[in-house]
Amino acid sequence: MFLQETTANTDGYMIAGYVISFIVMALYVASIYLRSRNLNRDLTLLEEMDKPVAPVETSQPKPKKTAKPVTKRSGKK
Amino acid sequence: MQSKPVLLKILDVLAIILLGVSTYFALVVAPTELVMGNVQRVFYFHIGTAWTALIGFLFTAVLSVIYLVTKDLKWDRYQVAAIEVSLVFFFITIVLGSIWARPAWNTWWTWDPRLTTAAITELIYIAYFMLRQGIDDPDRRARFGAVYALIGGVSAPITFFAIRLFRTIHPVVISGANSEAQGGFDMTSGMLTAMFVALIAFTVIFIDLYWNRIRLGNLEDKVEQLKLKVTM
Repeated sequence: MFLQETTANTDGYMIAGYVISFIVMALYVASIYLRSRNLNRDLTLLEEMDKPVAPVETSQPKPKKTAKPVTKRSGKK
Repeated sequence: MQSKPVLLKILDVLAIILLGVSTYFALVVAPTELVMGNVQRVFYFHIGTAWTALIGFLFTAVLSVIYLVTKDLKWDRYQVAAIEVSLVFFFITIVLGSIWARPAWNTWWTWDPRLTTAAITELIYIAYFMLRQGIDDPDRRARFGAVYALIGGVSAPITFFAIRLFRTIHPVVISGANSEAQGGFDMTSGMLTAMFVALIAFTVIFIDLYWNRIRLGNLEDKVEQLKLKVTM
């Protein structure tokens, strides 16, 4: 290589170098974004779970007042 | 979801612009090296990523000391973020070096002192994450991580000075006596400009990614705390 008179054609190596650099950086940025998105989802879910539980209102109807059973009084006088 | 600070949004845009500018300077403005041809252009990204990664590794050693003194887990998160971004940048450095070496040295890889120390540094920090994976207790994990990163930090200056201390075929392009080492070259003013643009661009990109990674770490911590609270 160093005894040659013309410049070596090494374009392919240069392109490979730049392509790999950009791919690695893009993958890292994507990994930060994806991890952040997943953590935000988890956080939302956990915050929902952590909310204080509101008192549960029962939907059952109140028991109707039933008429007292009529009892015959003993007629002691 | 926490919205991004305005300054970080500006930094995101600036990082993208600077990456474009640096690519333009490397591919268009810088002259073609007469012997090696266009493959020499990978040098600008190679040195930009190497510079930021090695500074990042040294920075983690400083963060380790701060954590060990303060015992505040915030510093542990900062450390993890710095190591992760540095690891990605240093991976790019090694790959670009290997691509350059193929036409320059006629081999993808050789166990030259610089290449060996660089590979060891990368492996040390990969092992850092493996170590952390094996420890559940956050305080213990942070303490072990800090001590490990502090010791591992020594590998960064060793890698940097390897080409100045040992007999090597790796060229010392900047302030080096053997710029004519195998594949070495003297830089013209156009090359120097492209190199400094790359150094500035990758420093800004590093800071931007680092800030984003710290935010991710804070979010991880928040989720972890809330998980504990919910399960208790």
